[in-house]
Amino acid sequence: MAAEESYPEDLRYHPEHDWARVEGDLATLGITWYAQDALGEIVHYEPPDEGSSLAKDESYGEVESVKAVSDVVSPLSGELVEVNAKVVGEPETINDDPYGEGWLVRIRLTEPAEVDELLDVAAYRKLLEQ
Amino acid sequence: MQTLRRTPLFERHAALGARLVPFAGWEMPVQYTGIGEEHRAVRTGAGVFDVSHMGQLRLAGDGARAYLQARLTNDLDRIDAGQAQYTLLTNEGGGIVDDLIAYRRPDDDYLLVVNASNVAADHAALPETQDVSDDWALLAVQGPAALELLGVEVEPFTFREDVDVLGVRCLLAGTGYTGERGCELGCAPEDAVRLWDAVLARGVTPCGLGARDTLRLEVCYPLHGNDISPERTPIEAGLGWACALDKEFTGVEILRRQKEDGPDQKLVAFVMEDPGIPRTGMGIEEGGEVTSGTLSPLLGTGIGLGYVDAARAAPGTPLTVDLRGRPRRARIVPKPFYKREER
Repeated sequence: MAAEESYPEDLRYHPEHDWARVEGDLATLGITWYAQDALGEIVHYEPPDEGSSLAKDESYGEVESVKAVSDVVSPLSGELVEVNAKVVGEPETINDDPYGEGWLVRIRLTEPAEVDELLDVAAYRKLLEQ
Repeated sequence: MQTLRRTPLFERHAALGARLVPFAGWEMPVQYTGIGEEHRAVRTGAGVFDVSHMGQLRLAGDGARAYLQARLTNDLDRIDAGQAQYTLLTNEGGGIVDDLIAYRRPDDDYLLVVNASNVAADHAALPETQDVSDDWALLAVQGPAALELLGVEVEPFTFREDVDVLGVRCLLAGTGYTGERGCELGCAPEDAVRLWDAVLARGVTPCGLGARDTLRLEVCYPLHGNDISPERTPIEAGLGWACALDKEFTGVEILRRQKEDGPDQKLVAFVMEDPGIPRTGMGIEEGGEVTSGTLSPLLGTGIGLGYVDAARAAPGTPLTVDLRGRPRRARIVPKPFYKREER
């Protein structure tokens, strides 16, 4: 069942429709409701290789619907800690729960100051309205 | 900027919440609820596609048969009035200008249903024909339950005109692009909304171009512009069965020679053995290129069509597809990926 449109208050957003949940020096990353809705039914998630480093504003993986492929852009820089194995096996989890079980990776931040450059929910919503 | 054309059903698509995309100069529904769901509706029940964007060329009168016989690859003498035939229009080099269905009417009168993106090229290659595309709206109702839900009967590759289908005067044809039983319904553009509404009222699922593409790919029907093109011949594409090489038509000498010598490359079907979805334009490392790819809703794995060297084209041969820089294993399989059960 596809999720209802929502943008949680506790997340920070990247203009390429990616989110970050920052907890200390760790961050969980995923794509927003808007991004999964634009793609439609997601049928494949191509995660980064083990031991990868992610760079802010650069692609670290791909999500694919039947029709289209979309790069997933990292909102922050860091070392890969964990890939969400559930999403690799059941990519439709991203549609069902983009901010919960549909998270994509966890990273250890290498440039924590970058967090301040991300959008808060009000700024991200404003971007969506444009 | 070029304005996109709209079919008579555009308002219906918008009202159903379809995702509309530009396709061959038309604004067309790619999906309503979801490609997977619509795909399964056609495999298990019935789905309806608005294919009014497709083109129609007509040629009637003395000499029509001879004119088309000299320009289309298949042998029109193999069909009688009331029958339809898959055929190709080729250029001097034997390349495929378009693939189309020829409908033979009584009295040397032919209707050609062609790809929307090729109407101009087809008309240029067949200047004697009349472009009557604006006279027709076209719905494809496809799936094991399609004919029963509409209350009609029609045999594959036959057609009848002036048939009352759900109160609308139609050309009823046993053709389609999904590998299922079903029909295509041609009607006057002003009747299209009434026909569409009546079909939906019978419980048929509206389906977009997304499902049309995954359905045709599972049964290995080529898509012009992807799998076949003016640069590829029917022999390379495995469409020699639609070419009567014992008659004269544009490019036939080249096709005869290619059939004799064997083509350098062949269009093959392959399934992914590694994760990932093949896409149009991806390289095949052993030599060749992917021309169509998707995730098969039925098989749950990546499937594709592509050209490979003829020496490496046998089913069972392993391939390596370059998935945006990642080499991924695939294997050539016999065509098609899916075959409807005879019942």
